[in-house]
Amino acid sequence: MKLLTGNELRSGAVTWWTGNGWSIHVEDAADVGEHGEAILHAEEGARRVNAPYIIDALPTANGPRPAHIKDRIRALGPTVRADFSLKPADPAAGDWII
Amino acid sequence: MVEFRYRSDEVTEQPSVTLDAFLDQSNATAVRLEPDDDARALIPFLDRLTLIEVAFPKYRDGRGYSAARILREAGYQGELRAQGDVLVDQIAFMRRCGFDSFAPEASLNPEAVARALSNYDHVYQKAADAAVPIWKLRHG
Amino acid sequence: MYKYDNYDQAIVDARVADFRDQVKRRIAGEITEDQFKPLRLMNGLYLQLHAYMLRVAIPYGTLDSTQMRMLAHIARKYDRDYGHFTTRQNIQYNWIKLEECADILEELATVEMHAIQTSGNCIRNISSDQYAGAAADEVVDPRPWAELLRQWSTFHPEFSYLPRKFKIAVIASSEDRAAMRLHDIGLELIRQDGELGARVFVGGGMGRTPMIAPEINPFVKADDLLSYLEACLRVYNRYGRRDNIYKARIKILIHEIGADEYRRQVAEEFAHVKTLGIDPPLAELERISAFFAPPAYDASDVEPDRSDPDFAVWLDQNVKPHKQAGYAIVNISLKPIGGIPGDATSAQIDVMADLAEKYSFDELRVTHAQNIVLPYVAKRDLYAVWQGLRDAELADANLDLISDIIACPGLDYCSLANARSIPVAQKIATRFADMDRQRDLGELKLKISGCINACGHHHAGHIGILGVDRKGVENYQLTFGGSGAEDVSIGKIIGPGFDEDGVVDAVEKATEVYKALRQGNERFIDTYRRVGMNPFKEAIYG
Repeated sequence: MKLLTGNELRSGAVTWWTGNGWSIHVEDAADVGEHGEAILHAEEGARRVNAPYIIDALPTANGPRPAHIKDRIRALGPTVRADFSLKPADPAAGDWII
Repeated sequence: MVEFRYRSDEVTEQPSVTLDAFLDQSNATAVRLEPDDDARALIPFLDRLTLIEVAFPKYRDGRGYSAARILREAGYQGELRAQGDVLVDQIAFMRRCGFDSFAPEASLNPEAVARALSNYDHVYQKAADAAVPIWKLRHG
Repeated sequence: MYKYDNYDQAIVDARVADFRDQVKRRIAGEITEDQFKPLRLMNGLYLQLHAYMLRVAIPYGTLDSTQMRMLAHIARKYDRDYGHFTTRQNIQYNWIKLEECADILEELATVEMHAIQTSGNCIRNISSDQYAGAAADEVVDPRPWAELLRQWSTFHPEFSYLPRKFKIAVIASSEDRAAMRLHDIGLELIRQDGELGARVFVGGGMGRTPMIAPEINPFVKADDLLSYLEACLRVYNRYGRRDNIYKARIKILIHEIGADEYRRQVAEEFAHVKTLGIDPPLAELERISAFFAPPAYDASDVEPDRSDPDFAVWLDQNVKPHKQAGYAIVNISLKPIGGIPGDATSAQIDVMADLAEKYSFDELRVTHAQNIVLPYVAKRDLYAVWQGLRDAELADANLDLISDIIACPGLDYCSLANARSIPVAQKIATRFADMDRQRDLGELKLKISGCINACGHHHAGHIGILGVDRKGVENYQLTFGGSGAEDVSIGKIIGPGFDEDGVVDAVEKATEVYKALRQGNERFIDTYRRVGMNPFKEAIYG
């Protein structure tokens, strides 16, 4: 599957295209299929996202898992700061990255 | 098209020729420098030039700044025009390097240009403009 | 320390207003990201993996307690309560919001700080010796010269769109604590026939093509220096490659045309530039130098009481001799075992500021090894300083030891990285946590980069580690024999790469080879240079 991701223009936060908007949770990300480029241009033009790009991901029971480690780190937070993880209550969340 | 001009003489009507064409012939009085061209090649002819146009195909390519200074340092008094990808945020640096006219590809807001040119009251370096460097203000 | 006059302050204030306007235009959609990017980069604002990152300049790594407290304040108010000190003696904040950026710069400007030219293809923050003004072996304090260069390079109209970034270091000792010859321009201040001037090295750097800068001029007089540097930069601006970002640094130009030809072109340009009157009078250097006059030392020379063994270890490892009798240079390690190299919390930054104010004539330094220095501590105060540091978990006695690791932010933070650096640093430090073991290994500079750009200085590590991406999996190459000091050299790759645990094991094996083969007082690098790579390769791969 293909995901569209980028950063919020004002805050810089990592953000994922959900099909009708943006979410900071990769679980909410939708498969953009062949439409990634079109959505990317529209959303960038409307300044709802900064530096957007399309990535490969695998669907899993717990939602999409980006194919590359870089995007998994983006999705969860720095591996060396579990306290900044998007799932601070889940100490095993980091295993998802590696 | 020249959008901003900071000189009072008449605009030159003659179209500018390439550096190669100029060096080959010519009695042209306007010449256009590409980033790769050596501005020093014009030094023997500065007296008869009324316009030197320096191309900025991409604003990131800063060779034109050195070209401008070299020409001014050699005594060139004619019009020195920056043409191409000229953005409001580069204009103050360009003025300092000796450019006195601007032909940006994408039109610029005159108020923004005026603001950019007046934003800093003082400068640290002596360059090709009349600005007095801070060290000189400090020491007279 | 240098203090801004109205001119300096006006420039920094104007820059804040300028950037506020640029951010406003970006958020309003008047300029695109493509147009905004070079503008934000000129102000040290990057878009990184998780957020915007702001790099704040600490000119030549020198700051006072008020400035240090401001750095803590920024971390608390605008970031996540910590900052990261970098190999260019700056500080980075990792979680900055674009819409707050101008407010941050405005607060910084109130304490004579800014983020000008901490990024972009311009002349970057001038770096220097962290012991400047305190080192026993210096010819002169290099900081006034660095300040002169800071002013000259700030908004330089001709050199703000260079082919690539440009880094200058100034030192004034034969011992090189600033990796001077691994800079685009390295200046070593020397005295020749009683006159001060600079040896000029051009074309060093790390990155994907590491090079040691050749000497381009053995002596440039003080009042010719700016003209000479203008000539150096102009030749580069005109002829540096712009067709390939990986070949755009000045080291490639000099490598391609040769040091002799570059020297000739610079000499020709200099002969012309020198006629233009761009050099400030020596009075300007003297004006700046007055700010760096030695502090009001007192005459007492009291040796510290070494009866506390932990203190004694720290004293031996982290405290260095001072040029003034009765004083010492204190190094504060930002490399706790298992911690993140270079990171400090706002509370720790405040503690360091307080100690500097109380015990170091209000001054601190940031080192290129990502540590902090208190440059002027009276020996009688060392125990009190150590206690203050210990209470803030800042008293690790590992300066220059194997756990004093330089590491770039790597893939945990950086959008350019190919592999994580910090976890490798943490695992190595933890493996060698035993202080007696570390001290037995002696000086061993280990440096880790998470990509070929080499921000973690791996080329200059006695042991260097380079993280690469091998088909989506992190892989680590090992290099031996680099040095950023006066014995400058570039490390060599020893063989195939490792996974994260494998590289930690390989480092450990290398230290065992060293221990078995070392003679006398040899450091790891001395033994390596004497015996060569083979014994190490055999132990690691054999």
